[in-house]
Amino acid sequence: MEALLYYASWACLLLGAGFCFVGGLGLLRLPDFYSRMHGGGVTDTLGAGLILLGLMFQSGLSLATIKLVMIGLFLLLASPVATHAIARAARHSGFAPQGTGEE
Amino acid sequence: MFAAAMVGVLATMLLALVRALKGPTVYDRVLAVNMFGTKTVLLLSVIGFLTGRPDFLDLGLVYALINFIGTIAILKYVSTAGEEEAQA
Amino acid sequence: MSGIYTGLLLGLGVLSCLVVVAVCRRMKIVDPEGHPIHLALGMMRYMPWFLWAVIKANIDVVRRILHPRLPMAPRVIRVEASQKTHLGQVIYANSITLTPGTVAVETDEGTIDVHALTRESAEEVRSGDMDRRVTDMEGER
Repeated sequence: MEALLYYASWACLLLGAGFCFVGGLGLLRLPDFYSRMHGGGVTDTLGAGLILLGLMFQSGLSLATIKLVMIGLFLLLASPVATHAIARAARHSGFAPQGTGEE
Repeated sequence: MFAAAMVGVLATMLLALVRALKGPTVYDRVLAVNMFGTKTVLLLSVIGFLTGRPDFLDLGLVYALINFIGTIAILKYVSTAGEEEAQA
Repeated sequence: MSGIYTGLLLGLGVLSCLVVVAVCRRMKIVDPEGHPIHLALGMMRYMPWFLWAVIKANIDVVRRILHPRLPMAPRVIRVEASQKTHLGQVIYANSITLTPGTVAVETDEGTIDVHALTRESAEEVRSGDMDRRVTDMEGER
């Protein structure tokens, strides 16, 4: 059981770091502002979630886990609000999304 | 293992920083800085476990709050700053 | 949060909570949406489906980012939000934004403008599956 938890947290941490990195790559590679938001979304959900999950496996049932859960919940609530606020502000200032446009 | 995760998060922060410096519009920069802040929270959590000091989690929690409020504050400022500055 | 539970610290904590609540009441910003505990049961049924959808969308977006030619077709679509309360619509918009590949750009009474990264993710939102599930969760109280 101990070994299983150890390997699970190992996998979660590495996968989470990988997802974060790919999200950062997306932030750099994607062509226009509105698509870059999606790159940031990857790191906010699976990247952050998997790293926090890996740390939770590591700490077991303790006060640290409660704190990790709180960090995770807050990121889960705050990151879409922040992304939406940025997108809305950009649209209101008149940036048109690149691509096929409005349907 | 923690060190590997830390390297990954640090590399992501570097990418976000490059976008924040390059970003053609001010919204790209705000987006990159917001992501940078989120990654800082993760980095603080990982550092807490790497050095065996769980107190760092409190710092991460507070940093998450400040990051969110800071992003909203910057957006408020930008939206009242006028159109020509938004292109900078 | 520090693991220290002395009477003084707990007392100060309770006191500051009461002060904050009193100040909020004076500013009249306490509203009935403050603590949506009645959604807990519906949330429990919604969450597993939502997490699975997020994971699928994540893998799709990651594949597209790593693809050398960046295959995507960004577009903006307008979808219905059939939730009755504002809280339900906020949950729906947040769910859309949290799913990689789609971001809620603008919300209005009953409609949400969604920026989608690809045609597939736009179709996924337009099919109204997530909308229906959020409405179900909200209706159950």
